[in-house]
Amino acid sequence: MSGAAELPLFVAIPVAILLVLGAGLSLAGSIGLLRLKSFYERVHAPTIGTSYGLGSVLLASMIFFSVLQTRLVVHEVLIGILVVVTTPVTLMLVTRAALHRDRLEGNPEVPPPLSRPPEQD
Amino acid sequence: MSRRLLRWVLPHPILSAWLWLMWLLLEQSARPGPLLVGLVVALLGGRAMAMLQPQRVRIRRPGLILKLAGAVLVDVARSNLAVALVVLKPRPERHAGFIRVPLALRNPNALAALACIMTATPGTAWVEFDVEDGELLLHVLDLVDEADWVRIVKDRYEQPLLEIFQ
Amino acid sequence: MMSQMILSWSLLVAQVMLGLAMFGPLWRVLRGPRAQDRVVGLDTLYVTGMLLLLTFGIRSGTVIYFEAALVIALLGFVSTAALAKFLMRGEVME
Repeated sequence: MSGAAELPLFVAIPVAILLVLGAGLSLAGSIGLLRLKSFYERVHAPTIGTSYGLGSVLLASMIFFSVLQTRLVVHEVLIGILVVVTTPVTLMLVTRAALHRDRLEGNPEVPPPLSRPPEQD
Repeated sequence: MSRRLLRWVLPHPILSAWLWLMWLLLEQSARPGPLLVGLVVALLGGRAMAMLQPQRVRIRRPGLILKLAGAVLVDVARSNLAVALVVLKPRPERHAGFIRVPLALRNPNALAALACIMTATPGTAWVEFDVEDGELLLHVLDLVDEADWVRIVKDRYEQPLLEIFQ
Repeated sequence: MMSQMILSWSLLVAQVMLGLAMFGPLWRVLRGPRAQDRVVGLDTLYVTGMLLLLTFGIRSGTVIYFEAALVIALLGFVSTAALAKFLMRGEVME
């Protein structure tokens, strides 16, 4: 903990709260991944960790390093942008792949293709 | 002639400028070495983007973006809490399901934005979109009333996106 | 002194929680039941691991952990996208 002793209390407390909140949200998402029953329900769980879970931890680190003035706060912003943009894309790709596989197997739980008959390829 | 050369070297000046700035900030120095490498990266990034030939983004009402972003931040926070509650305190009567939402949105950039918003919100997941009919298949974790969700998607997100992009 | 204690305890609590949070996705990676569950599990696993690295970065006060987190975020995206593509078609290259 380099330099943390000089940190004023009114900065340390929000940082601590944000850290625990972010980790807690991430843990809730992880429990959801374990507990929820079907694949399409489980897709919802990780987004807790990647939205506000990640956001809280990044914000905590930004406040911490800005107050200590040890370095520029660039990495957190970049990581935040990267994860916010990429997570929906990967989740959508996996969901579509899952839908495609379920339809090929004729799983009755998934809805049929919209309007058109399925393509033959 | 020189104009065409400039357009070839710098097809996306704003993107290249951002790339250069980010590179220098990550390097945390402005010595000639990082400056030069960053410049090469920025120019290559601009060229690569030009090769992908993206559709030009036309934004009609930039002010509305901030309003939409604020609404999304609030909704994502609310949805975070709702999904965390569903996970930690399961209710037997909750049921998840697919819903279909007819969309008027056709602009690819606007659709991409909507897809990111819907998937980033923990309670909803974008599953499939039919370009011909403009029908969207959504999966909702806590489905109470279908018509309610259709209205939320159309009023809260689609309407602002239509005004911003089209 | 007080703030140092608060910070180091909250970091410890956050790290324990994140460590526990890695078991959910790990279970999905190992047990499935289906391939798409494993892919979503892997995706969540790397995000959680990245968060854990960030807390280590705050504890040590160095930039190295943040660079590593950036690399994990990039590689994770590419690998998950490739795996999803594989699930869709059964082959990565077309």
